[in-house]
Amino acid sequence: MKYVEEFRNERAVRVLAAELARAVRHSWTIMEICGGQTHAIVRFGIDELIPPLLTLVHGPGCPVCVTPIELIDKALEIAARPNVTFCSFGDMLRVPGSHGDLFSVKARGGDVRIVYSPLDALALARAMPEREVVFFAVGFETTAPANAMAVYQAKRTNVRNFSLLVSHVLVPPAIETILSSTTNRVQGFLAAGHVCTVMGYYEYEPLAAKYNVPIVVTGFEPVDILEGLLMCVRQLEEGRCEVENQYSRLVVREGNRRAQEIINEVFTVVPRKWRGIGEIPASGLGLRENYQEFDAELRFNVQATTVAESPECISGLILQGLKKPHECPVFGTRCTPEHPLGATMVSSEGACAAYYRYRRQSGQHASRGEQR
Amino acid sequence: MIEPFSLACPIPITNYSHVTLAHGGGGRLMHDLIRKMFLSAFGGDNTSPHDGAVLDPPTGARLAFTTDSYVVSPIFFPGGNIGELAIYGTVNDLAMCGARASWLSVGFILEEGLPMERLWQVVRSIAFATQRCGVVVATGDTKVVDRGKGDGVYINTSGIGVIDHDLDIRPECVREGDVILVNGDLGRHGIAVMAKREGLELDVELESDCAPLWEQVKSLIDAGVEVHCLRDLTRGGLSSALNEIAEGSHCRLFVDETKVPVSTAVKSVCELLGLDPLYVACEGRFVAFLPERHADTAIEALRQAGAPSPSVIGIAEKAGETEVILKSCIGTRRPLDMLSGEQLPRIC
Repeated sequence: MKYVEEFRNERAVRVLAAELARAVRHSWTIMEICGGQTHAIVRFGIDELIPPLLTLVHGPGCPVCVTPIELIDKALEIAARPNVTFCSFGDMLRVPGSHGDLFSVKARGGDVRIVYSPLDALALARAMPEREVVFFAVGFETTAPANAMAVYQAKRTNVRNFSLLVSHVLVPPAIETILSSTTNRVQGFLAAGHVCTVMGYYEYEPLAAKYNVPIVVTGFEPVDILEGLLMCVRQLEEGRCEVENQYSRLVVREGNRRAQEIINEVFTVVPRKWRGIGEIPASGLGLRENYQEFDAELRFNVQATTVAESPECISGLILQGLKKPHECPVFGTRCTPEHPLGATMVSSEGACAAYYRYRRQSGQHASRGEQR
Repeated sequence: MIEPFSLACPIPITNYSHVTLAHGGGGRLMHDLIRKMFLSAFGGDNTSPHDGAVLDPPTGARLAFTTDSYVVSPIFFPGGNIGELAIYGTVNDLAMCGARASWLSVGFILEEGLPMERLWQVVRSIAFATQRCGVVVATGDTKVVDRGKGDGVYINTSGIGVIDHDLDIRPECVREGDVILVNGDLGRHGIAVMAKREGLELDVELESDCAPLWEQVKSLIDAGVEVHCLRDLTRGGLSSALNEIAEGSHCRLFVDETKVPVSTAVKSVCELLGLDPLYVACEGRFVAFLPERHADTAIEALRQAGAPSPSVIGIAEKAGETEVILKSCIGTRRPLDMLSGEQLPRIC
């Protein structure tokens, strides 16, 4: 498999790990933004290969994890309506709202379907004009262009029975929230490669300058992640704070202009609540005024009710890099993928679920992590 | 050996083009369906309908008994259909006990409105598969449910197999130092069925690995391989099978990911959707636990019996510790856990 296997090569990984060990002289804390990177780090055991002076913390870049429970509740309410066909990416179906998840709505007779693209949902709307087809538009900048395209096409071709339940979030405001916090411990970032494929990385330059923090756009394979860490560590050791691009095989500074155009055509920047973190101003996308007819929240007039999260869950601290999953007292005991207390345990890319799946049985890894 | 049968559907299309509730009602229509379609295909006794089959097992033989229900959607998929699956699945479960399947029951739950022609295709596949496995359909049942209450066809098969050797094949018999073999590449069935069900337009040809396994198991036994445990890699894939065996044997199992055969097509689709081939279902793949000194003989025997790519993928590393450890492609070690639910395609 070209473009994958050469980035999972054991020899290349060993060489990079050795270089990283030579480069690190001081103690540093680096956050990978994206849940995909967290998953890869834990799945491949990359954190076992890094020098003890380096601490990796896991960021808020798992869209399933940060979708607020109120929005999940709205999804459940809309999906339960008899005339609605509710479409979602697979991993949202297991996320619990305050009463059940989308799987339980399906079990009670709701028409809930897994789709692989928002355009599949649009095709369903065309095929079933008598039903209301709603797509759960979750994700960071990566999924925004396709979701925007679905709405754009729906408007152009006059598909009236299609709408989006929008929960789009943006990476740069989340980084700024973490950096501006008085408790922040993150000294360098691995930015999410796929987000930057769409958005480029010019947006990160003001952040790197303002907070004196290196940001390295990084891919998702072991070689990518180790190379991203090496670039970040070299900047930290040399006192540089730049935006660098490890993922140059896919990312250019300007990003994908066409994708950005369609996002801007359909969406506008809005404040968003992040599960575990709270509301962050100008941190999400909502439908622009001339596309509001496609907004499922307005169409179905669902009311937001504030929901209290489990007091035992520390997912907010985990998403900000302040705690690691195994530092939670209920991790793996009262909180498991079968009975998650918070969203970081639900999504396969959530830090807690990744630790549970790949680390649960090997106590030595967890204790080594705690020493750092 | 069953009688040769017609390729044309034996229920004249002018009479009933679709299954009706009456086909399960116990009257003449049901008897017509059973006699003309099922009995003619499966080669049963036409003359003396009875409530059950009376079997005549070899004196003193150990028997294995298993049951499984088949609800695959869609019922036709690249590389097979629900009919073959229902036969091979149960034959394979018996083979994993070291038993040659001898008698099967086949129970149909048909949905009203199922085109008779589709049912005939399924029945022909069952006839072909039973013939291939040398197994007799000894008894059966037919029910019809209202339209919308089924998914075309559900099939339950139960099977009785005869064990004609002295090996004791079960997880408890796994010994420290046993090698873990797999007979071929993983994940074809799960990905082929999912691609068809979800309408994924893949640029690769991917067919289910659905196949009978007894001949391969027999080849091991005939070659004198001291087989300790066998398990087919159905739901939950390799990882579930190994975790179950680790639990049964109280052994730490070690698997080297780079040794596990997975086709480029399956790997690519899994990468795209965020799935892990180690958790994807197969219908013609199994793991075998056996002493290391028998590994070469076992691989040669499996190859002769038509196994696609028999490979040693790991070892029963240490008795007394119940876990499965995976050495990743970059050389690190981590637990290979069972999934808590189904694998779900990721957002991005």
